[in-house]
Amino acid sequence: MSVLAFLIPISLILGLVGLAAFVYTVRSNQYDDPEGDARRILSDEWDDNPKP
Amino acid sequence: MTAQLRPALAACPACVAAPHDSADQAPAEARLALSLPGIHCQACISAVERTLNAHPGIHSARVNLTLKRALIEAEPDLRAADLIPLLEGIGYEAHELDLAALAATRNDKAGRDLLMRLAVAFFASMNVMLLSISVWSGASDATRDMFHWISAAITFPAVIFSAQPFFANAWSALRVKRLNMDVPIVLALVLALMTSLWETFLSGEHAYFDAALTLTFFLLAGRYLDYRTRAVARSAAEELAALEVPRAIRLLDGDEYEVPVADLAIGDLILVRPGGRMPVDGEIVGGQSELDRSLLTGETLPVFAAPGLAVSAGEVNLTGPLTVRATAVGADTSLHRMADLVAIAESGRSRYTSLADSAAKLYAPGVHILSALAFAGWYLYTFDIRMALNIAAAVLIITCPCALGLAVPAVTTAASGRLFKKGMLIKHATALERLAEVDTVVFDKTGTLTAGTPEVTNLGDHARAELEIALALAEGSSHPLSVALSRAARDAGIRPASVQEIAEVPGYGTEGTFRGARVRLGRAAWVGAEQGSRTAAWLDTGTGEAKAFLFTDALRPGAAEAVAALQEAGKDVLLMSGDSTGAVEDLARRLGIAKWVAEALPADKSARVRMLADQGKKVLMVGDGLNDTAALAAAHVSISPASALDAARVASDIVLLGQDLGPIAEACGVAQKATRRIRENFRIATVYNVIAVPLAIAGLATPLIAALAMSTSSITVSLNALRLR
Repeated sequence: MSVLAFLIPISLILGLVGLAAFVYTVRSNQYDDPEGDARRILSDEWDDNPKP
Repeated sequence: MTAQLRPALAACPACVAAPHDSADQAPAEARLALSLPGIHCQACISAVERTLNAHPGIHSARVNLTLKRALIEAEPDLRAADLIPLLEGIGYEAHELDLAALAATRNDKAGRDLLMRLAVAFFASMNVMLLSISVWSGASDATRDMFHWISAAITFPAVIFSAQPFFANAWSALRVKRLNMDVPIVLALVLALMTSLWETFLSGEHAYFDAALTLTFFLLAGRYLDYRTRAVARSAAEELAALEVPRAIRLLDGDEYEVPVADLAIGDLILVRPGGRMPVDGEIVGGQSELDRSLLTGETLPVFAAPGLAVSAGEVNLTGPLTVRATAVGADTSLHRMADLVAIAESGRSRYTSLADSAAKLYAPGVHILSALAFAGWYLYTFDIRMALNIAAAVLIITCPCALGLAVPAVTTAASGRLFKKGMLIKHATALERLAEVDTVVFDKTGTLTAGTPEVTNLGDHARAELEIALALAEGSSHPLSVALSRAARDAGIRPASVQEIAEVPGYGTEGTFRGARVRLGRAAWVGAEQGSRTAAWLDTGTGEAKAFLFTDALRPGAAEAVAALQEAGKDVLLMSGDSTGAVEDLARRLGIAKWVAEALPADKSARVRMLADQGKKVLMVGDGLNDTAALAAAHVSISPASALDAARVASDIVLLGQDLGPIAEACGVAQKATRRIRENFRIATVYNVIAVPLAIAGLATPLIAALAMSTSSITVSLNALRLR
């Protein structure tokens, strides 16, 4: 049972990390152009520093 | 949607004035926005970005494909007008956008807010679900209690944060003593949390923490979809408004000043250049020209304009500069008064109750009564308040409208997404449902079925020598008929004759000298011919005998297909126009429309639409002009092209973004499919309630069953909606 004392906090922390990552993506405008982003993958031109 | 657009129209002069001041401060870097309606693929993105970035003065350009827009950061002196031909050169239609008018959607706070809540609800529900699965699969005693406590610790803050939109909505409904969909949701959430906490205290077996969270998550998902659809519509509608940058040239002591239209006052002298639109109602005091009134009255023949003629806002000046003395400005212009009338007529439309609203009206009191009955019944049977409350909570959770809350948004999102890709913008929330019921379609002619650009019909009737002279003269003018004539002649391989001293006489035509003789191309009276009923330009080759070039309006692309497809779908198609009988009859014959009305005044149009409605027909009105606005507002549902006047676009439920009329017929089909899906989804939700509710009332619904039933129904309706894509 003592394994739960590790697993539950770990799962919560991992979940929180995911949540934080999502909040970061929302704040950095990554959902502004979902269609464009889906197509840009096909481009050969590198787009390292996309402007918002 | 329209409620939000309406103040925007009225407030427009103010919002136009505001950005003007800030623009004067000349920032170091200018931001420009271009609308690119034709862009659709990766190759387009690359081509546009490459072209723009290669242009000197542009720091960076980025295309947003979702919004079909390009944002450009450039030197302050760069103008959008320089970039548009550049993009048109590589085959993309581009229009300047007024960035200030778009500012409202640029950072979309409400959408982000919902997305955050959605993410928190998802995170919390996933974690609580893990713990709940352990409980369901056999954790007992102290372990179960610990899991329940941890779940409670996650659930309470998460629900308090995520479910705020529901709390706020339910509260505002209760304050005015009404029930909406959010009241049972909030009651279910509160009851579920309270009984679960109580059960956890007493180390009971069942806790509904996971149900409360998944409920919040699914409902937020529906809410977010709904929001997205409307945000896309709103941003596109704003974009349409931003396409017009209303400026006027005021004459003061002979000097020209460019001012915002909002600053004009009665009595001002205003210069309207050829190609410009009248900003105000007024009287012509100087200059001669021709006016295109097609947007206001539907007549395609240009009207001769000379001092003394009254003009109204919205008319387009064609050939010569005109000086106009303003007699009515801003909200007093006939254009604005018309728009206000439309606003009144439109209020009738909000009386239409959507399927979702009528479902909610039945639903909210129904579940409250059901769960109250369950509580009362079990309490009287066992005198155990804890058990009775648990069962009442289970009933509320199981009946909670996840499927109902997702059913409509999921379908409308899928449907309007599909139509948006075809270039149609759904502005009104119930537009799709109303479109599905349409059995009669009424088209306007000028600007709707026809593109508003003339086409020469009898080029072959003229000798080559005449055509050469006509071409030379036509190229000396930018009048639409001349442009059409020179384009047709060039296409036919004609070379211009060497006509000397070509000069344009505003309001009449062009003249020149050819081999010593005076040649003229222009109005009938000027050339010395009889004015017929058809649009024509007359050519005098110096022989004294005038020859006519006849014009007809070019069909809008897709018009013939749209009419044919609608007729094939069993809909009654009518043509109603303010134009002359001959032109309307000609077009009706070309398109195979049996019923047509010509020379219809605006009042006739709306009266006829009302008459059809009284006969029980569901009318779809397609029109673009001021003369159509009343009819657009009176119709069951209305569509206008993006090229329409602002007033007409505001009055219509759906806006056609591209040139093509073809999507109209398809939109009707999609709308019918969408309504069918919505009804199917309601049926799915009902079936699931019919199965689950008796279980809950019988006290057999464990949290596991509730979670299963809730998720399956939500996922089924979402998948059903996706079939539309």
